[in-house]
Amino acid sequence: MSDHTPLSSLNSLQYAPAPESRAVVTLQSAYGHFINGDFTNPASSEQFATLNPATGEQLATVAQGSDADVDAAVAAARKAYEKVWSKLPGSERAKYLFRIARLIQERSRELAVLETLDNGKPIRETRDIDVPMAAAWFFYYAGWADKLDYAGFGPQPAALGVAGQVIPWNFPLLMAAWKIAPALAAGNTVVLKPAETTPLSALLLADIIRQAGVPDGVVNIVTGDGRTGAALVNHPGINKVAFTGSTEVGRIIQSAVAGSGKKLTLELGGKGANIVFADAPLDETIEGIIDGIFFNQGHVCCAGSRLLVQESIHDDVIERLLRRVEQLRVGDPLDKNTDVGAINSAAQLAKITELSDAGVLEGATRFTSSCALPSTGFFFAPTVFTGVEQTHRIAREEIFGPVLSVLTFRTPEEAVAKANNTTFGLAAGIWSEKGSRTLWMAERLRAGVIWANTYNKFDPTSPFGGVRESGFGREGGRHGLESYLNV
Amino acid sequence: MTSVAAYGRPELPATTPRPIRIGSEHELRSALGGLSGVDAVGLEARAAKLGTRSLKQDTKKAAIDLAITMVDLTTLEGADTAGKVHALCTKAMRPDASDLSVPPVAAVCVYPDLVQVAVRALGNSGVNIASVATAFPSGRASLAIKLADVHEAVAAGATEIDMVIDRGAFLSGNIGKVFDEIVAVKEACGAAHLKVILETGELVTYDNVRRASWIAMLAGADFIKTSTGKVGVNATIPVTLLMLEAVRDFALEMGNVVGVKAAGGIRTTKDALKYLVVVNETAGSRWLSPDYFRFGASSLLNDLLMQRTKQATGSYVRADRFSGD
Repeated sequence: MSDHTPLSSLNSLQYAPAPESRAVVTLQSAYGHFINGDFTNPASSEQFATLNPATGEQLATVAQGSDADVDAAVAAARKAYEKVWSKLPGSERAKYLFRIARLIQERSRELAVLETLDNGKPIRETRDIDVPMAAAWFFYYAGWADKLDYAGFGPQPAALGVAGQVIPWNFPLLMAAWKIAPALAAGNTVVLKPAETTPLSALLLADIIRQAGVPDGVVNIVTGDGRTGAALVNHPGINKVAFTGSTEVGRIIQSAVAGSGKKLTLELGGKGANIVFADAPLDETIEGIIDGIFFNQGHVCCAGSRLLVQESIHDDVIERLLRRVEQLRVGDPLDKNTDVGAINSAAQLAKITELSDAGVLEGATRFTSSCALPSTGFFFAPTVFTGVEQTHRIAREEIFGPVLSVLTFRTPEEAVAKANNTTFGLAAGIWSEKGSRTLWMAERLRAGVIWANTYNKFDPTSPFGGVRESGFGREGGRHGLESYLNV
Repeated sequence: MTSVAAYGRPELPATTPRPIRIGSEHELRSALGGLSGVDAVGLEARAAKLGTRSLKQDTKKAAIDLAITMVDLTTLEGADTAGKVHALCTKAMRPDASDLSVPPVAAVCVYPDLVQVAVRALGNSGVNIASVATAFPSGRASLAIKLADVHEAVAAGATEIDMVIDRGAFLSGNIGKVFDEIVAVKEACGAAHLKVILETGELVTYDNVRRASWIAMLAGADFIKTSTGKVGVNATIPVTLLMLEAVRDFALEMGNVVGVKAAGGIRTTKDALKYLVVVNETAGSRWLSPDYFRFGASSLLNDLLMQRTKQATGSYVRADRFSGD
């Protein structure tokens, strides 16, 4: 009977390549900014390249936003706010948000492929998570636009005016949606600066916004590096700064904005504790640990990068976890079966490498997946450090890559103490079948988001944000409106 | 703590089976006591995620052929006749008479009184004869009658016995009875392979499925099987994933490799391939064989044949191109 069994290409998890076609995306060779409802001439700006991190190939060049570009964008946003957007009833603003949401759905494949090309994250994630969630964010906040009176902030809460928004490279489209949707729903206009290494999906979103007929100047997108971001944040014409990114830059922004009267929200780094008790549902916990740290190559501010395992089940958990890490399919992000894609940039790869090397030097035990890595582009094999101590850099600093640090604890009190022993406070996970202990833990963990028996789950109805060096302000849910209203 | 170097291969280490000693219900309860709970949301999310794998080209062709060799071609109707079973056996040996490259299926699955017909029809083709016994599908009979049912099927030539567990006993907490019955049936099977049907649709919770899987494996099951196909909820991908976790863990702990059979409601190639992905990424390639994974199905085979033809020729043919039985 077994003689008939054709195993050749199914053995050892070998799946034939299943690449998503990139033909659905039409790239320009050069892009301008999106200001006042139109794209500026690329030739009128200094240009810089954006790469496909999986191959190193140049995808396009985009404009380096100058002070004058930021001025023009802020002026357009101000004019749109005063002349059009602030005069529209909420139901009219909702109409545009619903249109954007539907167009994101209609053009979802194009967005997913483009995001994967520019960011390096697997098509499975852009297709199943980033793009559908971006649409969901617009749908959700579209629903709020005509109900602000009932959001719990008193009657007729006022918009702030022009919001300057600076977003990171880890979820380029999704972060644009997180920023733009609540801002517009609350009645603000925006100037958004996407990250230097991942500007393309925001520019495609600009095209969608134009297609949706959103009035000129309501959304403006200026590309560029940190200098452009600084020009935007420091611009006297904006009323609100929303930033998602590193704690270092967040500090600079907070100092810059201090005393200016600008409202500020910061969503910064993290060193999330994923806490596993001996009575955890083990198989699902392993999947949760994997999702917690290897989702999006670990480029997630709320990543569960510190695994705290109850000592009594440490060996069993590690054995199962490492077996599972070996199964992760690392490679071409456009392949539908890829689990872990490319690191976004050479600089980030260098940072991950440096911190991992430090982990070895400090005495932790390194396990790295034996997976083959592509010969081009920026890749880092999934890595787990065991025997990590609280003093190690890999237990304290945000690595922002596919690197997990495993620590142990003995009692719930010790788990709380270790989990809270960080300057960050963005997210934590608790794995246990005992609900009373989970709630006891949740009350004591200093983190903005706490997941129980799951990790890295997001929903537009649920507020997200940090405490301490992970920032302040909330995105998502009713709370997310408050960041864009004068309350 | 164990050294990290020893960890990390997805394939299981070669281990020799350890003798299983469960001498009392107390020992059985302690053996089950260490089992971890199942988080339903997480399990279903994992199953859904594996469902997005994309099998293409050679992988798809190989997977379709593999799935054909894993089919237990089944007829379990009150209206079954010798003629119906004969037709089924002919189909089992040569699923597509016009394409001899199609492999035979793993087994035919019939009621005990029709085993003789299958024996005559299948001859020495290598296709196994599975028979449901133990008062299938409800299992509501005395142990004596269940064993007589098994003896009759084995004497008639069944090489595989698909028994049902006593769900009533399981749900009322009498797991000793469930265990003892499986042990007794296993003994009655002699050389025949024993598949133990958990009827997961009646156990309802995933925690129950995990416990029942372990009871069956500890009692000597060669296979654990999801369903009879006779209740509202039959095989699902999450349940099968959970049972594959159980056989994987059992193999790691005890050294015995137990198979899994998903039965009932699997009708399309697309579904079958999802199951194979779950097998591949949960238990590993050791289970990618009819020795350790089966589909209990009837209409699935023709869809596999149709997709196989599509892969070979690039176009679909009409359903009537393939024989009904």
